Amino acid sequence: MTRIKEALPAIALIAALIAVWWLTVSLTHSVIFPTPWEVVTGTWELLRNGTLWEHIGASLMRVGAGFGLAVCFAVPLGLWMGWVGGAYRTLNPLFQILRPISPIAWIPIAILWFGVGDASPIYLIFISSVFPMIVQTTVGVHTIEKRYLRAAENFGVSRRTLFKQVVIPAVLPQVLVGMRIGLGVAWLVVVAAEMIALHSGLGYMIMDSRNAGNRYDLVIAGMIIIGLIGLSLDTIMRLLEGVRWVRWRYAH
Amino acid sequence: MRTKIEVRGLKKSFLSDKGPLPVVDDVSFTVGDGEFVAVVGPSGCGKSTLMNMMAGFVRPDSGAVVIDGVPRSKPDSKGILISQQGSVFPWLTVRENLMFGLAHGSSGLNGHGIKNRMEIADHYADIVGLKGFEESYPHELSGGMLKRTELARALAVKPEILYMDEPFSALDALMSLRMRNELLRILAQERHTTLLITHDVEEAIHLADRIVVLSPRPTRIQAVFAVPLAHPRKISSREAQELRVTILRELGVDREGPV
Repeated sequence: MTRIKEALPAIALIAALIAVWWLTVSLTHSVIFPTPWEVVTGTWELLRNGTLWEHIGASLMRVGAGFGLAVCFAVPLGLWMGWVGGAYRTLNPLFQILRPISPIAWIPIAILWFGVGDASPIYLIFISSVFPMIVQTTVGVHTIEKRYLRAAENFGVSRRTLFKQVVIPAVLPQVLVGMRIGLGVAWLVVVAAEMIALHSGLGYMIMDSRNAGNRYDLVIAGMIIIGLIGLSLDTIMRLLEGVRWVRWRYAH
Repeated sequence: MRTKIEVRGLKKSFLSDKGPLPVVDDVSFTVGDGEFVAVVGPSGCGKSTLMNMMAGFVRPDSGAVVIDGVPRSKPDSKGILISQQGSVFPWLTVRENLMFGLAHGSSGLNGHGIKNRMEIADHYADIVGLKGFEESYPHELSGGMLKRTELARALAVKPEILYMDEPFSALDALMSLRMRNELLRILAQERHTTLLITHDVEEAIHLADRIVVLSPRPTRIQAVFAVPLAHPRKISSREAQELRVTILRELGVDREGPV
């Protein structure tokens, strides 16, 4: 009951925005901008003929692949850079230069290297989500409280054991934060990546709806669906905060 | 009494903006095997630095810490440090924390199977009064219970020396007193050579066989007092109070409370 009460202002705001949108479109008699109801019917149409699921599936598959690869790459690398000073000093400057380059800037090179298949967007998603995760993991290792390392050292553990039994568990919550950021960026980028040169995915759907007959109802439907799926992905990542290995960091 | 620890001319300076800042200036003393020595001194005098050098975490500029005739160069599980902030691993349960030290390193318990290590862990959880909390996580425990966990984790590896750096000062007065009594009870069962750093003169008199009083920074030994009182001690007794006044005077406090 209290949760519903807490959500009430947010729901009211969204309802108000939809009302304003509806009112504005009907008052201005716009021929091209759709009303909320037209967006709903447009979505229903896509649901019925099955294309919406295809697009969602394609986008999720690309994000899954690109983000998955980025996790496999970033987490071990971030741990290594955090733990070994030389690795940090060698790699960090390079990553700090690569990190601010927008994934959009990579598009020509992605097409050159990987063509216009699935590999290009997967590469773009990888390149955009890998750096935040490397940075978070590295910072996580650097900010482990010294008292834990000292206590472990006091019990005479080897450096290997220290890494496995103190560093990794201590840094896992930070890795999870990095993964949340990484997945958010990955989802943000999938749409941009699909706007170029592909034949499926939510980004493709948006561009195609506009190009093939100014179907702005479907453009907006696509935008809203992207927003909702992004929210769901983040919610799933938040649920992971309850997992046994990281719960200690959040429970108080 | 056999000499366990010999502190020989320890000196330590730290670098500050205005050049080297001497913190510990030529400290020498010995601790007997099984003896309980408290080190008191004004805050910021370098007590913790002295303790960190003795436990092997900080290298002295000159001088040496000799344990059983062998100079110490790095920390090991023969001497466990319990610090004020505590270092119970928050990602492990109480039992796993207690087993941590048993699984590795120089404790000599490497050969013990996991079942055996669990038994040892549970035994020490019981000793410090944590029976029933073996599977709790640190964030589920109170401050006093965290201290007990830390103490039990140290005791489980059967250290020859316990280094305690203001171990109970983050606890409230009542819990601190309770932990002192617990510590005495445990040390009566399993005698360890113990070094206690504290700013609480009463705590030192309550627990220690001998009290080393340090001067302000750069710190030197200013005075050493034996505490010739039998356990259980009464802090309100005349002898204890006289000793307290003497030590406080040594620390530059001539009278207490409102004038």
